[in-house]
Amino acid sequence: MRRVRQLQREPRLIQGNLAMAEGALYAGYPITLSSEIASECARILPQSGGVYLQMEDEIASLAAVVGASLAGAKAFTATSGPGFSLMQENLGMAVMGEVPCVVIDVQRSGPATGLATKPAQSDIMQVRWGRHGDQAVIALSPSSAGECFCLMVQAFNLAERFRVPVVFAAEEIVAHMRENFVSPAPGEIEVVDRKAPQGPPGRCEPFARDAGAVAPVPAFGSGFVFHVSTSMHGPDGFSNNDPAVAAWKVERLHRKLDLHRDEIVMTREFYTDDAEVLFIAFGAVTRAARAAALEARKNGVKAGLLQLITIWPFPDREIAALAEKARTVVVPEMNYAGQAALEVRRILGPEKDIRRVNKYNGRIIAPRDVLAALDFPAK
Amino acid sequence: MILAGSGGQGLVLSGVILGQAAILDGKNVVQTVSYGIASRGGFSQAEVIIDRDEIIYQQVEQPDIVLALTAEAMELYAGMARTRVFYDSRLPAGADGPNLAGYPFTRLAAGLGQSGAANMIALGVLASATGVVTAGSLVKVIGQRFSPPLAQSNVMALHTGIALGTGAAEGS
Amino acid sequence: MWCPGCGNGIVLGALLRAFEELGYENGDTVVVTGIGCWGKADDYLATCALHVTHGRALAFATGIKVYKPELNVVVLMGDGDGVTIGGNHFIHAARRNIDLTAVIVNNFNYGMTGGQVSATTGADRYTSTTPYGNPEREFDICALAGAAGANYAARETVFDGWQLQQRMKEGLTRKGFALVEAVSPCPTHFGRYNQIDGPDLLRRLREVAGDGLVCGLLIDRNAPDFNARYREVQAWAQKRNDRN
Repeated sequence: MRRVRQLQREPRLIQGNLAMAEGALYAGYPITLSSEIASECARILPQSGGVYLQMEDEIASLAAVVGASLAGAKAFTATSGPGFSLMQENLGMAVMGEVPCVVIDVQRSGPATGLATKPAQSDIMQVRWGRHGDQAVIALSPSSAGECFCLMVQAFNLAERFRVPVVFAAEEIVAHMRENFVSPAPGEIEVVDRKAPQGPPGRCEPFARDAGAVAPVPAFGSGFVFHVSTSMHGPDGFSNNDPAVAAWKVERLHRKLDLHRDEIVMTREFYTDDAEVLFIAFGAVTRAARAAALEARKNGVKAGLLQLITIWPFPDREIAALAEKARTVVVPEMNYAGQAALEVRRILGPEKDIRRVNKYNGRIIAPRDVLAALDFPAK
Repeated sequence: MILAGSGGQGLVLSGVILGQAAILDGKNVVQTVSYGIASRGGFSQAEVIIDRDEIIYQQVEQPDIVLALTAEAMELYAGMARTRVFYDSRLPAGADGPNLAGYPFTRLAAGLGQSGAANMIALGVLASATGVVTAGSLVKVIGQRFSPPLAQSNVMALHTGIALGTGAAEGS
Repeated sequence: MWCPGCGNGIVLGALLRAFEELGYENGDTVVVTGIGCWGKADDYLATCALHVTHGRALAFATGIKVYKPELNVVVLMGDGDGVTIGGNHFIHAARRNIDLTAVIVNNFNYGMTGGQVSATTGADRYTSTTPYGNPEREFDICALAGAAGANYAARETVFDGWQLQQRMKEGLTRKGFALVEAVSPCPTHFGRYNQIDGPDLLRRLREVAGDGLVCGLLIDRNAPDFNARYREVQAWAQKRNDRN
């Protein structure tokens, strides 16, 4: 019933927001910074038998995404600051129900309505901890329009593989950036689908105990009969308040990500072989940091860069391994508190020379801002 | 390159067309925007980086070329361009410098009966005077982006600009 | 789990008998429930079920129905869940005319949290949070659904269980958004605060609601439902795409 949309193969100028939209079911609510995703989905999804749904608010948007996902869809929504705050409760529902879905948060300058058209990276902690209760999600952060496309596929793959919501934490810069990009050929990027139960349809346990902590789950309408619940539940999805069951469930939500950590955590290194100064960056700031590293090397400082593609789970081992060789670590990020720097400090301990570069005025971090953290005079 | 003016002048679109044309020319392109909350009016700018090599930092730190369509844009960028500032000669010449080049973009657009086409005339001038993109690629991109009647009038405006830019380049 | 004198069991019985009479299979039927006493109904169901966050059941159900139009999707909510916290989703589901059947049990208060005032509590009625009488007025849920564009709305009390079952069958088989409002007693809270005992509350259900309630079939339309309209959009989009 659904046709695979033929992607254009010649190089083209693709906007980050538009790269995120190709090929899925979408439910959303218009908000500045992610509006192009909505318009593009409204245009292309019905062409290939998909559905674009404009819901009455962001709460309903994520609710519809979760419903559609349980009916078997690859479903996603996109929003920015205020809308992401509204989605938190249902993001918790997606965690609890172990429902694969992708939420794009095009981060913008806050708090509240803030600078509605300006970029920020100030939702890093909200992405991880924005919901009540013990829970965990996966979050990815793209640094280019091309990465928006490829990582979006990865985001769906991770969501399906581990039955978990994946937050795609972009920021205004990448979302509104246009870059030349060649779409990969169909089959070039692996596409993962959630595991469905084997055997003849009947009653099934979508939260069955499983060594990998990820149980197979059918779709509504596939003939299997099952329950999914926002309340504490046992393997069959029915309400269950037994303390042992509650502990098992909470542990499972964390264990499935811990067990498969190495399949989830993605980083990229630039000039790190001999790096004495290590920049740690994510999203669009990666590019400023990379330019800064090259500039530092021209000035005789052996600088390298670790790009955090996965930001949650936080790439602790990768950071620890590279930082061991570096005398100084610099964490440039577009927020006031140093949300990623706090994590880096937690990993590297109180003694390490960790320098923060923070910008929170709606302006972009430039290479000179990163270099200013080092001891030689930047031009 | 920085294309600066106010919302509604079509600068973001000009940046996109410029970028697509440069891709057809076989270059790498990054284009970014900066805008306010108003769809019409308010400061707006597009930045375009065109390079044979990989583009690492996505923003323009010092522009080679500036296109300024408002007084505010002139004030901000007139002194920054390494190569040339193309500005609308209707604007008060508040700043001066060796690189300034005024063109009657809006007057010519009004003369063509399409006051909204000043951006296309400016694109034509910019392309022919600097050679950053080929005219052929610009025409091709415009043909792909617009319906036939709109494409035709935009190409006409582009050619007006190309003629104007060629003359200026010869004269300087 | 429900209190003695509660009407939820009657509503659930009417719903399950309606399923049975319509030949619904467990695998083809998804019951979406919100939060509240009536929202716990999924624990008694052998159909597919999705128990979701407070007030949002209609939005979750919309996602299911849009992606798998062939499923029977039924949404169970109370008055607090369905038209108080969830009021916005309720009017938009009706406006969208999405092919769902909403069964709202209206007992004029929040039962699970201890009998607080809701959007259907009548003026001057007593609840745990209106100890001097309710200064606000109540929603007429069926009128609300009708004004918002629903294809079907009917109201019955749990005093008329058989009639309720007939309304459920009508609602379930109607294309577009269908609402069945089941007026039900909450003797534990509403009855106690208003000094009406259990049997009396059941008998006087229609008059204890604000201005009194009219029962029966109240909204009866046949406008095209969302999925039918969206299929037209898909056909149009595919035609446009093929031409390019």
